[in-house]
Amino acid sequence: MEQIQTLNGVPLKKQIARALFKQKMRALLLIAPLLIFILITFVIPITDMLLRSIDNSIVSETLPQTTTSLETWDPKSAQLPDEATYTTLYNDLKQAVEQKNHTKLGTRLNYENSGMSSLFRKVGKDVSKMQASLSYKEQFLAADKAWGDLKTWNLLKLYSPEYTNGYFLAALDMKKTPDGIERLPESDRIYLNLFARTIFMSIVITALCLLLGYPIAWLLANLPMRTSNLLMILVLLPFWTSLLVRTSAWKVLLQQQGVINDILVWLGMISHAGRLELINNQLGTLIAMTHILLPFMILPLYSVMRTIPPSYMRAAKSLGATDWTAFWRVYFPQTIAGIGAGAILTFILAIGYYITPELVGGTQGTFISNRIAYHISSSLNWGMAAALGTILLTLVLVLYWVYDRIVGIDKVKLG
Amino acid sequence: MNLPIYASTGQKVWYYSFRVICGLIFFFLIAPILIIIPLSFNATDFFTFTPEMLRLQPEGYSLKHYQDFFTNGDWQNAMRNSLKIAPVATLIAVVLGTIAAIGLSQSHVPFRRAIMATLISPMIVPLIISATGMYFFYARLGNYMVDSLGMNANIVEYIKIVLAHAALGIPFVIITVTATLVGFDRSLTRAAASMGAGPVRTFFKVQMPLIIPGVISGALFAFITSFDEVVVVMFVGSAKNKTLPWQMFTGLREQISPTILAVATILVVLSVALLVTLELLRRRSERLRGMSPG
Repeated sequence: MEQIQTLNGVPLKKQIARALFKQKMRALLLIAPLLIFILITFVIPITDMLLRSIDNSIVSETLPQTTTSLETWDPKSAQLPDEATYTTLYNDLKQAVEQKNHTKLGTRLNYENSGMSSLFRKVGKDVSKMQASLSYKEQFLAADKAWGDLKTWNLLKLYSPEYTNGYFLAALDMKKTPDGIERLPESDRIYLNLFARTIFMSIVITALCLLLGYPIAWLLANLPMRTSNLLMILVLLPFWTSLLVRTSAWKVLLQQQGVINDILVWLGMISHAGRLELINNQLGTLIAMTHILLPFMILPLYSVMRTIPPSYMRAAKSLGATDWTAFWRVYFPQTIAGIGAGAILTFILAIGYYITPELVGGTQGTFISNRIAYHISSSLNWGMAAALGTILLTLVLVLYWVYDRIVGIDKVKLG
Repeated sequence: MNLPIYASTGQKVWYYSFRVICGLIFFFLIAPILIIIPLSFNATDFFTFTPEMLRLQPEGYSLKHYQDFFTNGDWQNAMRNSLKIAPVATLIAVVLGTIAAIGLSQSHVPFRRAIMATLISPMIVPLIISATGMYFFYARLGNYMVDSLGMNANIVEYIKIVLAHAALGIPFVIITVTATLVGFDRSLTRAAASMGAGPVRTFFKVQMPLIIPGVISGALFAFITSFDEVVVVMFVGSAKNKTLPWQMFTGLREQISPTILAVATILVVLSVALLVTLELLRRRSERLRGMSPG
């Protein structure tokens, strides 16, 4: 069979392939600047944070010789390391003290075992007094009895490797011990509870948004265009209003001396002394966040409901269905896609919220995000912040993937 | 939608109670925003309506919180910072975003889904995580720029925030511009090309005027994202770069002052203006693409 050729004698197939390739390259060339920009300004910083959650190089960098010599030490022997290990510890610490790194290491190890910070701060002075002519082991033991405690050495050995799962274990209320991984005692568990609370409250917020958003979306989709466009403003205005403005509005309204309590007192529903505590607790977070996220539920629901022909409901009713059956068996199933889209979007946004819980949540209404912020700016335990962040991010990315499968990320509607 | 004449009593009751329920939900949506407007004219420092205000006596009202906003150095500084950061971040987001959106809407794009997911991710990733990542990375980037490139520390601070905000605004530009491009008739560019216009000329003379409403609404989204953003700027920026939302956040967390209500009212007016612009753009876009305006 003869091949079809173009005017200049090239097989047509080849020519088409070449044109297609050119087209693809042109598209990529247009996308490239932005992709590189996002990679540098966004993707790399986040990857960098993820790595921080397992990074533990500080121990082996500050005590390079000690960590090497501890490799041969068996914690199960129940005996202290030998003189040689103490000598390497002395050498390492001497250098660390010169570079003033020993306190940083102390802070790092203090996350695993409180008391380490003061031990390492103190050792700076001790090391300068030690003499080469005497046994370093005895001098260390004399300086602080913690150096003769197996626990200290176990800790050093456990955290010798350059990478650790320690932060992740801590984020899941667990702890490394020489005998393996253990759960923390009941009284010290905080993070799992916090994750559970964050997820639970996000679910409640999503459910409230669905409950309030569904009727509104239905009304907007079924009213005549002119009226529904007008009412749409009532949904879009909050959507466009600054988050801080909405949060401050709630902060003002929900106060004990605020407008809502005033009205309730005036109506005689509560007494002057019995003003309700509506803010700085979980209730405050629920109310404010439902209000803030409601538009994100209404808009996807609305765009799905708009496409449902009203004749379906009429057909169902003419076939003898009651109002409820027609709604439940005919209309509702067609809105599932919108419910999925709105619910996932609302949930994703809720679970990572920081500002609103911080301002109206008090101590009981805060989320995991608030804990991350605390670790970054107050406790300075950055590894822990990174580990918590990684867990949260994984959760969100899984939902993002589901969202992309169900709705398609390029079909997000804005306004 | 209207109640048929043959409706039963139960249906009538439901019809009206449903409207009442919807009314209450609309009230829930809009009332908190509207109520701060009269409260911001309060003559006292309380956050509730005083008896004078309820009796509509002029003594109950004053502009003193607005006066405070316009004379207080902290607030003015914050306002200036916000206005310095947002437009530049928007410009970067719009230029890069529009070009990329045109690339993405070509008929053959390899890895389209993955690229799209990456470009939209700044909108989905929780802000606190973006802020954490940027905090570490940008600190090093900033140190590098100051130490090795010898740049001015103040300018570096500013660049850091602008870059971060541009990244956060990009998903909105991508979404709005690709949405406009869906309705774009490709034969128009071909027609332009067949009449001898180069790609650049085709872009500016044919494509750009048609997608401009999408570009502008993307720009408004990017602008409001930057203008309203507080988490990232708190982590990446320094106290010198305090923006308006940051100042509000501090105000709300520490000593809540009624000036916040005045600021909030001004911002509500701003969002009303944005909303109106956006609606006009939407209508124009639909007209341009031959759809009937709603």
